[in-house]
Amino acid sequence: MTAIFKREISAYFHSALGFVFCAALYFFTGYYFLTYNIYNATADFSSLFTLLFPVVLFMVPILTMRLMSEDKQSKTDQVLLTSPVSPFSIVLGKYLSALCVFLLAILMTLVLAVVTEVFARVDWPLFIGHFLGLTLLGAALIAVCMFLSSLTESQVIAALLGFTASLFLFIMDALTAMVSKGFLYNLFYYLSFSKRYQPFTYGILDLSNVLFFVSIAAFFLFLTTLTLEKRRWS
Amino acid sequence: MIQVKNLSKTYGEKTALDTVSFEIKTGEIVGLLGLNGAGKSTTMNILTGYLSPNSGSVHVNGFDMGKEPGKAKRHIGYLPEQPAFYGGMRVNEYLNFICDLKKILPDKKARQEHLDALFSQVGLSAVKRRLIRNLSKGYRQRVSFAQALVGNPKVLILDEPTVGLDPSQVMEIRQLIRERGKTATVLISSHILSEIRELCQRILVLKDGKLIADDSPENLAKLTRRPHQVKIRVKGSAQQVREALKDTAGLVSLQFLGENEEGTVDAAIETEEGTDARENVFHALAQNSLPLLYTYGSEASLEDIFLQLVRKQDDSHL
Repeated sequence: MTAIFKREISAYFHSALGFVFCAALYFFTGYYFLTYNIYNATADFSSLFTLLFPVVLFMVPILTMRLMSEDKQSKTDQVLLTSPVSPFSIVLGKYLSALCVFLLAILMTLVLAVVTEVFARVDWPLFIGHFLGLTLLGAALIAVCMFLSSLTESQVIAALLGFTASLFLFIMDALTAMVSKGFLYNLFYYLSFSKRYQPFTYGILDLSNVLFFVSIAAFFLFLTTLTLEKRRWS
Repeated sequence: MIQVKNLSKTYGEKTALDTVSFEIKTGEIVGLLGLNGAGKSTTMNILTGYLSPNSGSVHVNGFDMGKEPGKAKRHIGYLPEQPAFYGGMRVNEYLNFICDLKKILPDKKARQEHLDALFSQVGLSAVKRRLIRNLSKGYRQRVSFAQALVGNPKVLILDEPTVGLDPSQVMEIRQLIRERGKTATVLISSHILSEIRELCQRILVLKDGKLIADDSPENLAKLTRRPHQVKIRVKGSAQQVREALKDTAGLVSLQFLGENEEGTVDAAIETEEGTDARENVFHALAQNSLPLLYTYGSEASLEDIFLQLVRKQDDSHL
């Protein structure tokens, strides 16, 4: 698992992908910080984290598009699956590498909070709640998009599938309003990433929301492992 | 050691392997032959744990691939048919990654010494710091070969090991396989039959997923040898040879193949089955003072053996 984690981290920063992903998130974080915190002279980061929700939704598929599909296309899955490493360790190693790059990218919010602290009082418990929410959102979304990447050998298709999933998650609240109460309504309501994420931006740390994101991540990691295992039986 | 018992694999309706069983001991180099689609790659993929069989079992050095895949895979070095690697990595970096993946040689100094020795053996020393994606096909094949040898595995499974290599490199790699074969179990699949004949003590032949032969090249040659059919080259004319051989015991046919050397004639002779045409022909020609320059055709080449085995199987199905 460690070997795969190290290789994937190195792959992110041997190519432009890791740098571009971090740079894009730094840009959006900096821009929103400037427009909401600096112009409004506030140390409240709620607006910044609310606005980062769609940014993360549409950036994560770029981060994960090559994770599994690249191995399938270049046949390096043969090297991995014939080594004494279990499929779950392969999946976990890749997942943790993407999560680390994601954390590195959202670390900019922490840097900005520290800088803000020099000039004003930052509500740190609230900020940590925000940060945890964004981390959990990223963790769940990376697992979903990684699973989608395992379904194809084309990185472009993997990215498109990821964007579609993100778009679906983004409009899920609107869909909830469109359907009458019943199974679909309940499904959309309970699976809404936005509804689960919002309480974090209000400073509410609800354990059920934490468990929701952790469960989504665990479920899709399990599915990705199954997809990898399935290749041995196909 | 590899033990394979009743291995079967199907892809949808197609049977890729049908109850294949064999055993390869430590110190043996075994060749796996078969036409395209015969099941060679499927066999190798199952042996390495890349694919799972529908039924049957594979034991590698005593470890069941189905039950203890981690332990079984630890003993295997695998060279896939298509070299697979991360193009963005440098050669040294990639082989270090393989060491990490196989959880071997944790000591950095010992690892680098092992890798340097490997680079030298497979001819990668000059390119060990280069990106794999920038290497030529031959060098990529060497990188793939080197990753199979990392950690000196007890079982080597090599799918077309010398494809894309230059002739001198082919000789070196074959020598390396021969040396490794003294202490390891080696299974080679190759379309270069001379390579199989040169390296392997035993040959497995697959046809439509079935193991149709498992023996030494010598024994397989005996199975397919046809001593009553020979070709000869004689110093003399066709007329003289016909005269000399007309009373040969059991002669079934005599066909002249032309003059391939000045003053000589080539002929194909067939005598009755169960007789050795070579002896009778020799005596007949000697009595007529016709020098026999050489006899050939009674010793089958591996190509002949392979094709005859495959055809024999076809005939038995008719």
